[in-house]
Amino acid sequence: MCLGIPGQIIEFVHETNQIAKIDVNGVRRNVNVGLVLPDGLKVGDWVLVHVGFALSIIDEEEAARTLKFLESMGQEFKDELDELMASQIE
Amino acid sequence: MKFVDEFRRRDLVKKLQDQIAELSAGKQFKIMEVCGGHTHTIYKHGIEDILPSNIDLIHGPGCPVCVIPMGRIDDAIAIAKSPNVIFTTYGDMMRVPGSDGSLLDARAAGADVRFVYSPLDALKVARDNSDKEVVFFAIGFETTTPSTALTLKRAKDEGLTNFSIFCNHITIIPAIKAILDSPDLRLDGFIGPGHVSTIIGLRPYQFITQKYKKPIVAAGFEPLDVVQSIYMILKQIADGRCEVENQYKRVVREEGNIHGLRVMQETMELRPFFEWRGLGFINQSALKLRPEFEAWDAEVKFEIPGVRVADPKACQCGEVLKGVIKPWECRVFGTSCTPETPIGTCMVSSEGACAAYYNYGRFSMAAQRRNIQVSDIPVIGEQ
Ligand code: SF4
Repeated sequence: MCLGIPGQIIEFVHETNQIAKIDVNGVRRNVNVGLVLPDGLKVGDWVLVHVGFALSIIDEEEAARTLKFLESMGQEFKDELDELMASQIE
Repeated sequence: MKFVDEFRRRDLVKKLQDQIAELSAGKQFKIMEVCGGHTHTIYKHGIEDILPSNIDLIHGPGCPVCVIPMGRIDDAIAIAKSPNVIFTTYGDMMRVPGSDGSLLDARAAGADVRFVYSPLDALKVARDNSDKEVVFFAIGFETTTPSTALTLKRAKDEGLTNFSIFCNHITIIPAIKAILDSPDLRLDGFIGPGHVSTIIGLRPYQFITQKYKKPIVAAGFEPLDVVQSIYMILKQIADGRCEVENQYKRVVREEGNIHGLRVMQETMELRPFFEWRGLGFINQSALKLRPEFEAWDAEVKFEIPGVRVADPKACQCGEVLKGVIKPWECRVFGTSCTPETPIGTCMVSSEGACAAYYNYGRFSMAAQRRNIQVSDIPVIGEQ
């Protein structure tokens, strides 16, 4: 639950609930973007996601670095991705 | 887009390694990494192996699973066993032992305990099960607190009355202060948390440099980040500086996430004190829901025992969490306490010092070095 996973904003899903769809390694799930909306979040941006919430906007290079680092973790990252996959945030 | 390639990184690490050796020559340094994510990187990537032996990395209390006191696990289990309850939790908390088993054991005994990725998933469970009481076991530092806060606000907006939060959120600053005040430990500097700093920013760390005169560097989680922040700490000391520095500028902003801080403020307030495993009671170190959110507060909704439970005798997590002993110095490390059968919390989360060391560290060169040293010195009181 402490891993921050980078994802790319695909579309905004629900304005009042501040939900957007992100893509993480091909997995698409909804997350809350309320904490980064005031920073001017837009489709195509990369964000660092913790427990279903985008914590900060990051650049593409940082996203790629982080993803590579997470992949090097092996099982722990796989577990986290599995949990994300099971997520059904609306 | 061009990404920094592995070669350049290896070069950088080598260069930093030499600079660290030069800056630290002839002196002993104790540097604490506050955050469990850093502990994990340090062991997994063998950072200790590339540091000179006069630099000692001390693992701090920044693993939320590790510092939760046993009594709160018992409270969680009591709620989970209440009639008509679905108890939701992050997967990491499932195996943490309470005084009579874990949440996993409670589930095996018939309680409806489910793990969720996000508090918003717990909210969905509540929406889908309107005839049940759904409780979310909220834990973590400032990284996860805003998520709980936003979930809470949404539950209120939606008028979801069958949802509540068992709030165990803690704050990192009082824990760092408790460590600085502890007479057991003399530290030379801190590797500051990365993601927590995304929320709280850098200002709250100023007391560390101003009052305690210790440098702190907020750091990222890659091996290079950790090595670089160690270099930055040593450089500050060598230059006679003492500052809050930001190695993780890629993600952490000086002012933090103002919106996150605001929603925490709106929904939660400080508890007068809270128990931390190993560190005891620390004043104003945890959060509870504000009275306006009472209807979503599991501590109000349910009868909970609220009893303080002492750690098992064999467990030395307290000393590990304060950095007084190293994981392998615990009497039960790797024998009766393993990730499969944890006795203490530090063996449960992969960010706990004991689990990280058990999984990776014991195969490192640094461990071999240590074994040789350990066998040379008889340990008093050990049979
Ligand atoms: S080995 Fe187990 S009991 Fe000992 S300090 Fe580590 S987690 Fe705690």
